[in-house]
Formats: sequence, structure tokens, C-alpha cells
Amino acid sequence: MSLTRKTAAELGELMAAGEVSSVEVTQAHLDRVAEVDGKVNAFLHVAAEAALEQARSVDARRAAGERLGPLAGVPIAHKDVFTTADMPTTAGSKILEGYRPPYDATVTARLREAGLVILGKTNLDEFAMGSSTENSAFGPSRNPWDLDRIPGGSSGGSSAAVASYQAPLSTGTDTGGSIRQPAAVTGIVGMKPTYGGSSRYGLIAFASSLDTPGPFARTVLDAALLHEAFSGHDVMDSTSIHAEVPPVVEAARHGDVAGLRVGVVRELSGEGYQPGVLARFQEAVELLESLGAKVVEVSCPSFTYALPAYYLIAPSECSSNLARFDGMRYGLRVGDDGTRSAEEVMALTRAAGFGPEVKRRIMLGTYALSSGYYDAYYGSAQKVRTLISRDFEAAFHQVDVLVSPTTPTTAFPIGERADDPMAMYLADLCTIPANLAGNAAISVPCGLADEDGLPAGLQIMAPVLGDDRCYRVGAAVEKAFQDRWGGPLLKEAPAL
Amino acid sequence: MSAITRDEVAHLARLSRLALADAELDHYAAQLDQIIAAVARVAEVASGDIPPSSHALPLTNVYRPDQVRPCLPPQEALAMAPAVEDDRFRVPRILGEEA
Amino acid sequence: MTTTRATMPFDEALERFEPVLGLETHVELGTESKMFCGCSTEFGAPPNTHVCPVCLALPGALPVANDKAIESTIRIGLALNCTIAEWCRFARKNYFYPDMPKNYQISQYDEPLCVDGHLDVEVEGRTFRVGIERVHLEEDTGKSTHVGGATGRIQGADYSIVDYNRAGIPLVEIVTKPVEGAGHLAPEVAKAYVTELRELLRALDVSDVRMEQGSLRCDVNVSLMPRGSAVWGTRTETKNVNSLRSVERAVRGEIERQAAILADGGRIVQETRHFHEDTGATTPGRSKEEAQDYRYFPEPDLLPIAPAPEWVEELRAALPEPPATRRARLQAEWGVSDLDMAAMRNAGAVDLVEATVAAGVPAADARKWWMGELARRANESGTALADLPITPEQIARVVELVASGALNDKLARQVLEGVLAGEGTPDEVVEARGLRIVDDEGELTTIIDEVLAANADAAGKVRSGKIAAVGALVGGVMKASRGKADAARARELILERLGVSG
Repeated sequence: MSLTRKTAAELGELMAAGEVSSVEVTQAHLDRVAEVDGKVNAFLHVAAEAALEQARSVDARRAAGERLGPLAGVPIAHKDVFTTADMPTTAGSKILEGYRPPYDATVTARLREAGLVILGKTNLDEFAMGSSTENSAFGPSRNPWDLDRIPGGSSGGSSAAVASYQAPLSTGTDTGGSIRQPAAVTGIVGMKPTYGGSSRYGLIAFASSLDTPGPFARTVLDAALLHEAFSGHDVMDSTSIHAEVPPVVEAARHGDVAGLRVGVVRELSGEGYQPGVLARFQEAVELLESLGAKVVEVSCPSFTYALPAYYLIAPSECSSNLARFDGMRYGLRVGDDGTRSAEEVMALTRAAGFGPEVKRRIMLGTYALSSGYYDAYYGSAQKVRTLISRDFEAAFHQVDVLVSPTTPTTAFPIGERADDPMAMYLADLCTIPANLAGNAAISVPCGLADEDGLPAGLQIMAPVLGDDRCYRVGAAVEKAFQDRWGGPLLKEAPAL
Repeated sequence: MSAITRDEVAHLARLSRLALADAELDHYAAQLDQIIAAVARVAEVASGDIPPSSHALPLTNVYRPDQVRPCLPPQEALAMAPAVEDDRFRVPRILGEEA
Repeated sequence: MTTTRATMPFDEALERFEPVLGLETHVELGTESKMFCGCSTEFGAPPNTHVCPVCLALPGALPVANDKAIESTIRIGLALNCTIAEWCRFARKNYFYPDMPKNYQISQYDEPLCVDGHLDVEVEGRTFRVGIERVHLEEDTGKSTHVGGATGRIQGADYSIVDYNRAGIPLVEIVTKPVEGAGHLAPEVAKAYVTELRELLRALDVSDVRMEQGSLRCDVNVSLMPRGSAVWGTRTETKNVNSLRSVERAVRGEIERQAAILADGGRIVQETRHFHEDTGATTPGRSKEEAQDYRYFPEPDLLPIAPAPEWVEELRAALPEPPATRRARLQAEWGVSDLDMAAMRNAGAVDLVEATVAAGVPAADARKWWMGELARRANESGTALADLPITPEQIARVVELVASGALNDKLARQVLEGVLAGEGTPDEVVEARGLRIVDDEGELTTIIDEVLAANADAAGKVRSGKIAAVGALVGGVMKASRGKADAARARELILERLGVSG
């Protein structure tokens, strides 16, 4: 079997056993990138030389008898929203085209420390704002299941890279669903850790109180291994939680739902949901029951206000976070002809450097924070946030995990929602509550929708710092489904 | 009734330092109007006795010790600057005074 | 239409109007590192050498608050009799400006760390209680230099160059409540407030409070209301008044300017004004007619501050003696008049005299040297007394040498001059310059004989009983010995040699 078809855990074991070198594994993936990424457009930057260099270094350390972690030598695709000192970092924006940061994000540094081999930087919606990668300044990524469809977003390059076997692992960031939704629509696993469980230092901010780095992989165990590799407390991020990383790998190795109380969120289904997606979700719930879980329906009434609250809080924070991109210290500068003022050059630079969705959200956030509107918009949204946390709290008194479809529909065609922001925003309907409350949540594949034969995802939500529960349940579901399907769902994807 | 006027959008663009053309203003005004009308729903449940949450988790008091750490070498600090003069960031003339 | 007089004489203005003051003081804290990153706060480094991803606002960088800055702010609040918030947050103040890398300032808005305190100041024997509205923590901006144009000022410049070394230095803002009822003493009250505040901050050791380096900056708000009215007038804000004397002048000038406008039926424009050190006048800055909308919101990158009550009590218990109490104690210990004490305070000599006394010098001597010779030299060279390159211990050594008879006052002044010139310690200067009093009787006798021979007339007068003429002879001996002779002993010896008894 080709090296690119193996899981990260398998590759790690093969390398540890000396059966294959990191250079071979890395080269195989670089070859795959060269072969298919012209069609998929998952990568904004491929760092072949740096990757092989890191692979050689891992091989040398292993040869010298050094004890290395389980992912040492395994290739990874890195979302281009994390700073990398040796590669450009653009956040998918023209305003940062060619920008080279002088420092590594904490997540980047931890990937390197774990011996992971960074193949390159993946495409994303500009500044992680979007659900399709169509907002990237560098063209959309494509869904390996159907190249005319979106791979989800904002971390669509990362989901597409893993789903098309260009990398066994990738990083993402999840602000309103930007890991879970792309994972669901490409048939892979994506995890949003507890907010503060993974460091935001060096993650180019979209919405500070929501942004959460997390892993993509083709299996639950691989996701857990990557989660463990880059998570944990970071003194450079004030909002980082000072606690041990929950035992995610252990949980992923021992999938089990016997006796587990599972709550189906009433508010996350019904009108607007694709029938095929609801059917797969229903099957997953029945599967959980058949595995010994006790399933009950749970109501979280405030969740119906999560989407509007999110579209006030996230734009408000982004309007301020993106103010630094003004062409004064780094990045694009437009219109500096010696006569214009700094104020005019800033405005011209930002108008030329930002795409339409970013501008929309900046203006929306500016509006929501303006004096006279603050209380009605931003202030009210923060209260809804409290209500959503209370709903979660009440629900977790009754059940151990909550489940829902990850996203209301399967991957939609590129261009379909590009001019309709409100329709685009609905892609995050089910994922946003966990961001607002900071909970852990994972998406695992739960089959193909009948209408279009495209993947649907099951979302499993756990309390704050209950990340291991997501993996325990996810692993159980994954095993049961694969037994039923006779292998991973991705086997059904068309060959590229 | 529209939630936001074209003039308000022009004001927001000014506040956000976005030089938008007239046609863009019309376009964004229509879109923002639709979005604001939809998100305004939050006010329905946001009664006075609910404390607002600015953060995902209720943590407090995270500080660093007052210790000097290495700075960037000046050439790295200035490396990505669009214009540099005398080891300083060169910027176009500044109109107003500091706030 | 009549033209408005530029100003109304101060006394006339005060007859017609009652001033209301407000003072906003910004203090750069003396922490080692910046507010939200580990860059050094050292003053005067080469441009952009104290910067990092955080204070340059590079993509992805995040702030982490400096614990010492939080502690210092709470100590300032406690020393100003404030209530310390049990829970408060940083907020973002959003506005675009090239010297502010993030294009928002991390500050505090409706949740300041300290609120509702006061500071008592004394002016002409009256005590004024200045209310403190709030004390909050924020960060400083970078520094722009304006290039091109005639004046090097912002108007008319071709472009600017920015140094971000100062960006992110912790800044404490102290805002007074409106100060009413000071009447004609308003300018002095303003100055006394800033003076007292500065001493308090120095006693707390939280800042070097150097107005000339900008580590203490003052904005002065002034409004006038007609006598008998209870409605405050429109206020102006005069920015960056950077010396104690200027605080007083700025208030006085603004009262005179506003009074003239109001008396002519004009209206005061709410605006920011700039103080000019050279003329003492203020000129308008940006009009606030298009009101700024700073879109404050809680800073999501930083967590709320919730100081433990026990910790706050520990800090309170460890506060230094309040400056006013300390001054009263020292005045009593030194036995000096109110006037002398005030003079020492104005000269910045109180700490130095105290340290010199601590080094074993009688208070009167310590005061004499600091307020006499050294104050004169500081004045000549335009430096602060504390900045003279001489220590209280060195003064103590000089005083000891005088007491032992090794130096007289004149020689002692030469020793001080040598120390100030960097020639070494007092003993080294005495040695190098050969300044010891001539205490060798043989050498002195030789000099006396020469002087008597050269001044036979005067010697004769003395011999004949005109003792007063001995003064000229003693002067001659002092001159010949270049001041190193002991004048009293020389007189005795001259009289002895001339056979006259003194």
C-alpha cells in the first residue's frame, strides 16, 4: 500500500521500526502534492526543501538512538494562518502577500519539536472568514469528492489536503466551525479543542475570544495524536488554560460508549437541513444506541440565537484585530505617492488588500461596537453568549455528550453561495454554539447523503476540558461505522 | 424600513479606513442591511439581568513576571516594512494630532 | 462686531468667573519590561531596538500583562485613597494612528482598576482636597518624527518616521474629579497637585517621574462659570504640559483667554489645545466637533483582573510614609522654618538633605551645602539638583574635612568643584589639587615674613597700635598661600611677630 494511504499512527510506527525513513515518507507526500494539487489547490506554499531537511534531521536523530514522539517524521500540512519563520504567511489575504514573519507560532514550534515535517501552508478563506475557501485571495480549494464543490472553510485547504492524501495530518483553526465543517464535507475527522486548550500565539487573529487551533486527520486516533502534540499551556497566550491536556490519545485508543448518556440537541435539526444529512445523523444516533449509549433529546433553546450572536461578536472582534493591517509597518502599501496622507494610504491599502467578506465583517463589527449601537448589538450578543453557556451547563447535567449534524448540508457547489452571505453563514449553524461557550467538539464522518453521495459529519460536543470524551465517542462511532462500511468512508471518494 | 443607510455605511467605511467606491457603498449597504436585520434578533432574549460574557471561559489574573526578554534584531523588525529611514518606519504625512 | 480681546487680566477674570479644573496625568511606570511584552523600557535606546512581535503588532502576536505594572497601579490607587476594583477588565480603544501599532490602545474604560480617591495639597496655608476620579492602566504609543516642512512639526511635514521603542511602555492615567472653589488659587492648586502627586509617585518608587523626559505628562482641563452660576462652562483640554511651572501658567493662561471670550459674549469651543513652553500661550489643536467613536470593548486577548483582597491589604500595609507626613517629620527633625522647607522642596533638595543627614552630617550643614553652593551650580548648568554628579556621602566627607580643620569653606567649595568636574572623590580632589590647609607653622612663618617684608607700611601701622591694619596683612598671607592658610592662625602669628597682643 502506498505510503500516502497510511495513517499518521501507522507511518510513525513504520518509521520507529526502521522500515521506512521520514525522507521516503515525506518524498512520497511531496510527489502526491505535485501530482494532485494542481486540481485541488490545497496548498498556498509548498516547502519541499525545508520539509526534506526536517525529514533528514528526524531520520538522523532516530539513527542516533534518540527517543522520538509518535509523530516524529510524519508530514503535515499547516494552515496558512499560523506564523512560520521559514515560510511566507498570508492568512489567504493580498494584504499579506509575500509576508515573512520573524517568528514561529507556538503551534508551529510545537509541530517542529514533535518532529512533524511541515510540507507547506494550506489555503483558507481570507483571515479565516468563510465556510468555503472561496474568500481566499489566491483562489478556492476544491473538494476531493467533487472538484466543483467547496472543501468547507475556512480551513478548506487543510481538509482538502488530508482528504486527497497529500498529507495524513493538517492543522486548522475553528472560530465558528472552520475545522468541523470542512472535516464533515470532506469525509475526515476534525476537532475543535476546548478554547484555551491550544495556543493562539502566532495564530493570525480573526476573533480572539473564539479562535481555537485544532487537528485534521483521516482517523480519530491520528487527530488525537496531533491534538496532543501541539496543545497545552502557553505563557505567551493569556487565555491559554493552565491545565494538563486531557487524555485524548488514551481516549481515542479506547472508543467506548457503553452506558454513556448522549443528548440529541432538538434545536439543531429540522427546517433547512438536507434530508440526506438528517438521515445519516439519525443512523449515527441509532448506532450509538446499539453500542450501549443512552440517548435522550435535550433542548438548548438559546442555540437558535447562536448564529446572530456569533455574527456580531466575531465581526466586532475582527474589526479591531484587523486594524493593524494598515500598510505602515508590514504588508501591502497602496497609493503612497508622496502627496497622500497616512490616513488616505491606510484606507487605499485596506480597500485594495482586503476581499469583500473581510470588508463586510469589518464594517459590520464597526457598526456593532459604535456608540449608540453597542448595547443593542455587541452587548446583547454577549448576553446570548451567557445564555448559551448556561444551556450547555444544564444539558451536561443531564448527559455526557451532545450530538448533532456537523453542518446542515453536504458540500455545496463553488459559487453557489458566493454572493449570498446569509446563506453562506448557515453552514456554521450547528458548530457555532461550542465556539461561543468554549466547549470541545469533534466532527467524525457518518456516511454519504443519499441525494448527492457526499459526506456528512456527526458532531460530538463535550464540556470544557472534556476533549477526551469527544475522542472516546468518536473512536467508537468510527469503528462501528467502518465495520459496517468495510473500511474508511474516504475509500468511496473518487480517485484523483 | 432599512436598518442601515448608505450614508451610515460610508461613515463605517471611514471609521474602518476602507476607501470604498460609490458602487461598493451601495452594494455593501444592501448586504449589511440584510445581515443587521437578521442579527438584531439577539435583542429579543438579552434582558437586563443577564450578565454579558466577553470571554469563552471565566478565568482571571494571568500575568507575566516583569522580566526583560530579547527583542527582535532591528533588521528583522524593519525587514517587512514598506519604507524605512534611519532605522525607523517611514510613513506618509500624518494629518491630525494624536487622539 | 467687536473684536475679542485676546486675554482678560487674571484678577478681573477671577472677579467675574469661577474656574473649574480637571487634571489628567499620565505616568510611565518604571518597570523593567513593557506592559504586554518582555521588551526593555530603558530610555534613549537606538530606534526600534526595543521591539518584538507583540509591541510591533505583528500578525499573530498576543499581549500578556506585566504583574509589576498591575501591582504598581494598585499601590498608586491605594496611596491616593482609592477603592480598588474587585474585578475589572482591559478594554480596546480603537482608532487609527501610525504611532500605535495595533491601531487600538489597550486601556481601561468603564472598569478602571482604582476609583474614587483623593489627594490633599496645601497652597498658601490652605488645604485643598483634590478628588481622584480614577486610576487606570494603559500602554504608551511609539514616537513619530516629522520630516520636511519648515518647522519639523506635524503640519506641513512631507512624511514621518516612527520609532516604536516607547510603544507598549506601561502608562498609568490618573484623572481628578472636577476641582471647584479654588478661585484665584486655581493655577497654584493645579501646580501643587502635580507636585504632590509627583512626590507621592517617587515615594512609591513606581516611576522616575521626569517631566522633561515625558515619563510624567499632564493634560489640564479648564472651564469657567460666571460667578453665582452653578452651571459649568465648556471645557478645553490643554495637552502635554511638561513642567510644574507650565501647569500653573497653562491654567492661568487658559482662564485669561476663556474669560476674554466669554466676556465678549463668545462661546468656548470644546477642543484640545497645545501649550507652548516659550510663550506660555495655548493654541487650538484638533477640534472635537466630529466626535471620536473609539468603539471600546473588553479586550478578549487579556483576562479580567481580580486582585485578591488579602494581596491588596498587604500592599496597603507596605505603603511608604505619605510625602506630606514625611515632610512634616523632617521639618521638625531639622528644625527649619516653613519657608526654608518650601525652598528645599522647590529645589528638589529634601531627599538629598535627608540622605546627607543620614550620612552623618548635621542638618544645618547638609542644607547649607545643597541649598547654597550646589543649588547655585545646578542652576548654572541647568540640571536638576539630584542629577549633579555628586552623592550625599561625598558631601558628608567634605563636611567632615571642614569640621576637622583640614579644609575651610573656600577650599571645600573647590573640592566640590573638583568632584562635580569628575576628578574623583573628595579625598582624591584634595590630594590632586593640593587643597589641604597649610598647617605647617614653619611654612606659614616663611610666608608671613615675606608678606611683612613686602608690606612694611602696614606692618608699621600695626606695630604702632593700629590693629585694624592687620586685615590687609592676613589677606596678603591668604593670597600668597592661595587660600590654604588658616586665616585665624595667620593673624595670631602676625601679631606675635609684630609684638602686639591681639
